[in-house]
Amino acid sequence: MKISVVDVEQVARLARLELTFEEKELFATQMDAILDYVEKLKELNTEGIIPTSHAVPMENAFREDLVMPSIGLAKALANAPGRSDNFFSVPKVIE
Amino acid sequence: MRLAALIISFLCQKSLNKVRDTSNMNIIEMTIHELHSALKSKKLSSLEATIAILERIKAVEPKVSSFITVTPEQALASAKNADEQIASGHCNLLTGIPLAIKDIFLTEGIRTTCGSRILENFIPPYSATSWEKLRDRGAVLLGKLNQDEFAMGSSNECSAYGVTRNPWDTTCIPGGSSGGSAAAVAAGEAIATLGTDTGGSIRQPASHCGCVGLKPTYGRVSRYGVIAYASSLDQVGPMTRDVADCAAILDAIAGYDPKDSTSVNMPVPDYSASLKEGVKGLKIGLPKEYFIDGLDPDVQKTMTEAIETYRRLGAEFIDISLPHTDYAVATYYLIATAEASSNLARYDGVRFGHRAEAGNLLEMYTKSRSEGFGTEVKRRIMLGTYALSSGYYDAYYVKAQKVRTLIMNDFIKVFNDVDVMLTPVAPTPAFKIGEKINDPLQMYLSDIFTIPVNLAGTCAMSLPAGFSANGLPIGLQLIGKPFDEETILRAGYAFEQATEWHTRKASI
Repeated sequence: MKISVVDVEQVARLARLELTFEEKELFATQMDAILDYVEKLKELNTEGIIPTSHAVPMENAFREDLVMPSIGLAKALANAPGRSDNFFSVPKVIE
Repeated sequence: MRLAALIISFLCQKSLNKVRDTSNMNIIEMTIHELHSALKSKKLSSLEATIAILERIKAVEPKVSSFITVTPEQALASAKNADEQIASGHCNLLTGIPLAIKDIFLTEGIRTTCGSRILENFIPPYSATSWEKLRDRGAVLLGKLNQDEFAMGSSNECSAYGVTRNPWDTTCIPGGSSGGSAAAVAAGEAIATLGTDTGGSIRQPASHCGCVGLKPTYGRVSRYGVIAYASSLDQVGPMTRDVADCAAILDAIAGYDPKDSTSVNMPVPDYSASLKEGVKGLKIGLPKEYFIDGLDPDVQKTMTEAIETYRRLGAEFIDISLPHTDYAVATYYLIATAEASSNLARYDGVRFGHRAEAGNLLEMYTKSRSEGFGTEVKRRIMLGTYALSSGYYDAYYVKAQKVRTLIMNDFIKVFNDVDVMLTPVAPTPAFKIGEKINDPLQMYLSDIFTIPVNLAGTCAMSLPAGFSANGLPIGLQLIGKPFDEETILRAGYAFEQATEWHTRKASI
């Protein structure tokens, strides 16, 4: 077993997920099988190979620094689960 | 129920006596080109066509579930508007054509869920560029199509809004993640649709539902306003009833978008113009790694017959090898999940989407995400987070990026010798609902022939090429050079002209 329930709990903390006991057990088993499968990549010698992060070779995409219209406050806040005046409201962060 | 009520109420408002009897016209099975010619010659109005398709949706949705949201009022209003355009002499190919799009495309003012509970009430403040381009050409939006949650799935069983069923056999999956987009085309619920493809999500459902599906080259179509899954792999493409329609939609959506810095600023050819040039002398590669022992015999037979058809049409076949094919699924499930874990960090309950009741900020993030995401999405976020976490980053994520280079090099090398490749789309026809849902690895392996194309960033198309003994459609995949959609469309068109598979309809 590469992945224990404790590992799953640690990764879930990093991912901001709260898992049930059943989910932890299930993910431990399934992630273990998947990670076991991806072990096959180790068969390949990739020394000196440049990693690909993007399939199409591209230069950085610059644009003119111009003032453009934005979507505006009303639209930006329309989907907010909580708001106060022109702000998103969240539970208190600092005591 | 809600849909039925909306259509009935709209039909009551409209003066139905002005609508002609169109029952002999079989509107629901028309291609874009057929409907366009009927609209242009005034044999049919867009309103008549739209009503016929909305009625079809009402009739078959209980069996198919292609849609998450149907938008009858907007559709009928756009159709009326299109009819006015046509009356004043403005009728381009897409004017008045009723289309539907995957629920991953943002549509201003129309709920967009991406198949997830976390976006159950999300009304986007702007629209995806690809949809805007279709709308600006006069297309009518019928609604938003079902999909696996955040496009993560190969069967549409991972939607939070119910499983879409295959119109050819409703006990089977339609494929995924653009399962609703494929099923709607096959069931007569839209003239054509848009999907997205990260590891096969256009081509595999197109194959399973007997329609044409094209994944363009990465960068060919803008991803602006498309909810992100794996940003270095995601691409938008058409799903249609024939190759000419596929070219027509690509003509409309392709091109550079200043709002998507990964869209490529190069000239867009006229995809419809070169369809009829034939395949005489075309060099088609057959990668040996795609014709494996485990291939379903019906799929094998379909490929053999397709090769024979192309030979008759004058194409030449060359045996080739893509030696790193066997590593593609492992590479994909590290890169895609890593990118997903990062992309889905935005769903935190702060600015939009589901927010859980919580006493503090961290609890709000964690509870909102845990309540809003489904199991497959959680599993992929977990895998991606693991692959990116310190201590595993080099061993998993960087290793996968290096293998991606090897896979891309395979494609570059092969395309020195061939113009296109011909392969199966999936190792089997559509499988049964429930068959693979408890074994994620088996589910992932069903994408073995489509995933390498996304990793290489090139273009590929699925088109109908036969049927299994059980009457399920089987597609063939044509893989093209980067930015050479023209050649696969031309090769697809030639095949379609020589066969009749695309004309068969699901009886539902």
